[in-house]
Amino acid sequence: MRADGKMSGKSSGTTSGKSSGTTRTGADGGPHMNDQGSTVNRLSAESVTLAYDQRVIAEQLSVEIPDNSFTVIVGPNACGKSTLLRALSRMLKPNQGRVLLDGQVIQSMPAKKVARTLGLLPQSSIAPDGITVGDLVGRGRYPHQGLLRQWSTEDERVVRESMTSTGVAELADRYVDELSGGQRQRVWIAMALAQQTPLLLLDEPTTYLDIQHQIDVLDLCAELHEEQGRTLVAVLHDLNHAARYATHLIALRDGSVIAEGRPSDIVTAELVEEVFGLRCQVIDDPETGTPLVVPAGRKARTTAAPAAGVTKG
Amino acid sequence: MKAPRNQAGHHHLERTQAERVERDQAERDQAVPARAFRGRTVRAGGGLSVRVDIRAFTVVALLLVAALTASVVLIGTGDFPIPATDVLKTLLGNGDAGQEFIVNELRLPRVLVGLLVGASLGLGGALFQAISRNPLGSPDVLGLGQGSTAGALVMIVLFSGSATQVALGALIGGLATGFAIYVLAWKQGVHGYRLVLVGIGVAAILTAVNGYLITKADLVDAARAVVWMTGSLNGRDWAQVWPLLILCAVLVPLVLGNARGLRMLEMGDDVAYALGVRVERTRLLLLVAAVLLTAAATAAAGPVGFVALTAPQLARRLTRSPGPNLVPAMCMGATLLVVADWASQRAFGADQLPVGVVTGVLGGVYLLWLLATERKAGRI
Repeated sequence: MRADGKMSGKSSGTTSGKSSGTTRTGADGGPHMNDQGSTVNRLSAESVTLAYDQRVIAEQLSVEIPDNSFTVIVGPNACGKSTLLRALSRMLKPNQGRVLLDGQVIQSMPAKKVARTLGLLPQSSIAPDGITVGDLVGRGRYPHQGLLRQWSTEDERVVRESMTSTGVAELADRYVDELSGGQRQRVWIAMALAQQTPLLLLDEPTTYLDIQHQIDVLDLCAELHEEQGRTLVAVLHDLNHAARYATHLIALRDGSVIAEGRPSDIVTAELVEEVFGLRCQVIDDPETGTPLVVPAGRKARTTAAPAAGVTKG
Repeated sequence: MKAPRNQAGHHHLERTQAERVERDQAERDQAVPARAFRGRTVRAGGGLSVRVDIRAFTVVALLLVAALTASVVLIGTGDFPIPATDVLKTLLGNGDAGQEFIVNELRLPRVLVGLLVGASLGLGGALFQAISRNPLGSPDVLGLGQGSTAGALVMIVLFSGSATQVALGALIGGLATGFAIYVLAWKQGVHGYRLVLVGIGVAAILTAVNGYLITKADLVDAARAVVWMTGSLNGRDWAQVWPLLILCAVLVPLVLGNARGLRMLEMGDDVAYALGVRVERTRLLLLVAAVLLTAAATAAAGPVGFVALTAPQLARRLTRSPGPNLVPAMCMGATLLVVADWASQRAFGADQLPVGVVTGVLGGVYLLWLLATERKAGRI
């Protein structure tokens, strides 16, 4: 398992994106040439140490985001998934190591230039009082605008397209605070889309949504990935959702990558036990054939030996 | 204040993926109502485009007209009334010598100080409220007024200082308080609630200090202190106009240049970061500007109550526009202060009632109304 899981190393090329469901990361697919002409992925973290004040979350953590992938980061609470996402989106400056975007250290790049390449949908977003859906989505155009270039025809076209592809076009003149949670999340995604970034990071986009809207948002993400060819990185809580939608899965525990790769290659009962400390069975999802994690019954778990990391992390 | 209506409009979610893909571009564009985006866009060659919110623009224009009208009326008001036409004639340089002295030397500077103080307080209040994302995060609540008062009282009570020294003391007191609040509330960025709570704490301490200073003062100084503390435009002349005018000329363009970043900050630090706003830099710059504007205004006219709190909120309700509404708040502040000064003179005779009393009463009533409506909307 571990050998497969570590397949996507520095040399991993990219996949075509459209067929990523059947393509093995790093195994085939032509290498991606970026601006610098080297065969590295656009976004990566190189042995970063991440900490809030003095509290260290992760040390010497290296992660590559395969181009054109739908990468999902999973792990137990407080494993550092959101922290990693904050570092990848340059909101958290690593104490050591560096985050590279298109071969440049992300902190050294102009803020607006980063914002035209890499979008982020954070958990903590506040809809201003009395703002309409159209205006909120329009604010996603900020990095493309300036003092004397406030609202071009291009801006308007992109905003309309973003609202249409997220299915909120009909709500454009409604107030955001009138919407349901699911609709609101779509509006925020539309705003991030209006930013027109090839890379889009989403921090727990399904949290606080009911199951129908969770699937709805994930379908939308899959569409954005498949139809528009964007590279998506999402932090998700639900392992089964992750296994179903991800083309590339990164399992974190205590700030270290335990495994990464295609979900069907790496999601096993052993891995789940190692990462989450949960005994379970992994079966084929009857709908999609992707791995489906079924936690062991209460009796089976309490009588069995306590969970322990069998393989080394 | 709109009550949330959560149940509406689920139909689009049930649309299948296939249907969503099928729709062609023409249909897509029609799906977005034209009124989805506020305002009109003025486009020029070379990719220039400026967005104008028609309603906000109208509100600003009307407020400016109101402020100027009130100013002309105010200049004509006093022990020696002057008709509005003569005021205008004199302002344009065609008046007689007697009126010229009264208008240009006595009443015009007072009105200008009123306009500038009101504009500074309105803008400063709008900035504070936007940065703290809280209507209560305005300078009066945060203790900046008390800080300026402490500075002024030290000058009055301990040094029996001149008017200029008192103003300087107020300025230093306000700036020091602003700095103290920022340092105490700063931890990986100023967060709204911490800023407000720290500000309230600082205000409480300073109120105690001010009370102590007044009890230590002799009767003459104490009377002078109390008049200063109410906020008044009495006897303001060109010496107060110039520093304020220069400060506004520097700070207002600087603030408005960063207004778009501030709009993004409204949606939370993370969203602003993601959109490419340099969050800490923008916020620090705007906070410094807001503290300077408020402290300078207070130094010129005393802690005129509630303008900084109410002007942005009133402006926002008139424009019905999201965002910090900086220019409308500024115009609203100027209008409020001049109208309040006129009202106090009209109702009680010239120089009888300090303008701060009127703004305090108006502001208090407004605050209660605001709290009552927010309660109805289920927000508090």
